[in-house]
Amino acid sequence: MTTLLSRPPLRRRARRWTRPIVLTVVAALVLMPFIWMISLAFTPEGQTVAGANLIPENPTLENFSVAFQAANLGRAFLNSTFVTVITVATNCVVPVIAGYAFAHLPFRGSKVLFYVLISTAAIPVSVTLVPLFLMAKNFPLAGGNDILGNGGSGLLDTVGGLLLPYLVGTLNIFLSRQYFAGMNRDFAEAARIDGASELRIFTRVYLPMARPLIALVAVFSFTGAWDDFLWPLVVSTSENSTTVQLAITTFASTGNVKYGALMAATIIVSLPVLLVFLFNQRSFISGLSDGGVKG
Amino acid sequence: MAPDTTAVAGGGRAATVPPGPRPGPSRRPLRRPAFYGMLFVLPATFYVLVFQLGPVLYGLVLSFSEYSPLSRTGPQFVGLENYRSLLDDPEFGRALAVTGRYVLQVLPFTVAIALCLALLSNRAFRGIGLFRTAMYVPHVVSLTAVSMIWLWIYSDQGLVNEILGFFGLSDQRWLTTESAALNAASAMRVWKALGSNMVLLLAGLQTIPRDLYEAARVDGANVWQQFRYVTLPGLRPMLTYVVAMDIIFLAQGFTEIFVLTQGGPYGSTTTVNYLIYTEAFQYNQMGSASAMAFVLFAFIAALSIIAIRGGRGRRT
Repeated sequence: MTTLLSRPPLRRRARRWTRPIVLTVVAALVLMPFIWMISLAFTPEGQTVAGANLIPENPTLENFSVAFQAANLGRAFLNSTFVTVITVATNCVVPVIAGYAFAHLPFRGSKVLFYVLISTAAIPVSVTLVPLFLMAKNFPLAGGNDILGNGGSGLLDTVGGLLLPYLVGTLNIFLSRQYFAGMNRDFAEAARIDGASELRIFTRVYLPMARPLIALVAVFSFTGAWDDFLWPLVVSTSENSTTVQLAITTFASTGNVKYGALMAATIIVSLPVLLVFLFNQRSFISGLSDGGVKG
Repeated sequence: MAPDTTAVAGGGRAATVPPGPRPGPSRRPLRRPAFYGMLFVLPATFYVLVFQLGPVLYGLVLSFSEYSPLSRTGPQFVGLENYRSLLDDPEFGRALAVTGRYVLQVLPFTVAIALCLALLSNRAFRGIGLFRTAMYVPHVVSLTAVSMIWLWIYSDQGLVNEILGFFGLSDQRWLTTESAALNAASAMRVWKALGSNMVLLLAGLQTIPRDLYEAARVDGANVWQQFRYVTLPGLRPMLTYVVAMDIIFLAQGFTEIFVLTQGGPYGSTTTVNYLIYTEAFQYNQMGSASAMAFVLFAFIAALSIIAIRGGRGRRT
């Protein structure tokens, strides 16, 4: 402290300000692509090609209506919303209750089973991509298939097919076990002696304490399902089952790219995720680092 | 209930009640939790077996078969043929090289810059939350969406060429030049991964006890020595985790390639995952696509084991 005080005040002030200034500049650079995205989305189409200005001269909303029509975003939005809602719902129940059981209701072999289940998180998507595609295609009694899964197109190009890989996130099982393992077991013992059923103990005693966990699982499964690209690309072949991520790429694949409409569509598609992120920053950022520390 | 809690709650007398299982009705409640444990685990286990482990085994079978879903016949067993033909497939070799180069040129930048930023923002100041939020936004927005934005940034009249023009340099075709395309994609991935790496490393930095720095300072360590002998060893577990996760995700690069370059020009950005996609869904070669997927799996596993070994060794 004394050495700090004996420094010349100007240098001290400079030192205090270097960090925030450097970090502000870095943050501005990192956000730059998004700033341009917003700017271009409001720039009239003709001007985006011939070198755009950061602040549009004649701001317009036209790009947004073009985006909605051209890429069939309405239908894609509906499909993505459906898939995401179901994904969040199943992930807040199935992996969470399994994680609770692994932490508090051990049975013979439960440890081994736990490691088998979570080890699947390390398998690259490409390994399961082709088999899952064929499984969706040969899904029994769907899309004109017979009971053995032959004849029709199965779950291909259906919203149900989109759901297949998201329903249970293995990392959510891991996260849930870690979370419940940190809780006291005495509550359960006491409730058991009082004659409460196991389901009641879970829903009335432990689940209310697990709100941050549920938020984290919900947020992760939301972004996972909403943002995925490869699986919808493979399983969806028409508007029936298009998703928002697929819809925005249709802009780029046509030869003459309309950048204004493209950016408008990108904003529309990213907005739900950004809103969820801004309202749940804590679970996003600390949750991620917690998982990391434990993993 | 633990016996000592009863003792505290009910005084000395409660402790005299013999704990543990007794014959008769009290045996059932002891078995009940295990039964419910199995019940609670059942749906997740069923799902993982059918839709995660099942496909892995199915994929393994496919990788030893020749199969096109368009043909009337099912998979034909061909033994190691798919793997053998991968050995002298120049396209696959190049895709492996592209993937390896992609991982190796993104990783050092994204980890080193993220580490610098984590060190810089490790001290609390006003607006630190805002800074972390800003850094994290690229991680939250989907890879598809950010690739669309960068498609414009790299376009002929995009941001990069505008900046070059400002300094009097001529325009470049970033995504359609063989030598530049993979580097362009890499720069975008560095930017995308920065925020999440920084947040993780920040969490790692906060686990290092402050008194270690105090002790080092008392011993006369300068800033570099403190970094070298306190920060780096303390950060090693998290650093290893970050590197391993980055390798796993980068080696599966697909979306950004699909959006930015479609694997071109002349295959210079065709990663293994992109090749698997075309092999399976454009050429309908499910067998050889599966074989490629397992080779990629081995490649990723090998890289991550090297990273984890490297993180564990050299204790100082």
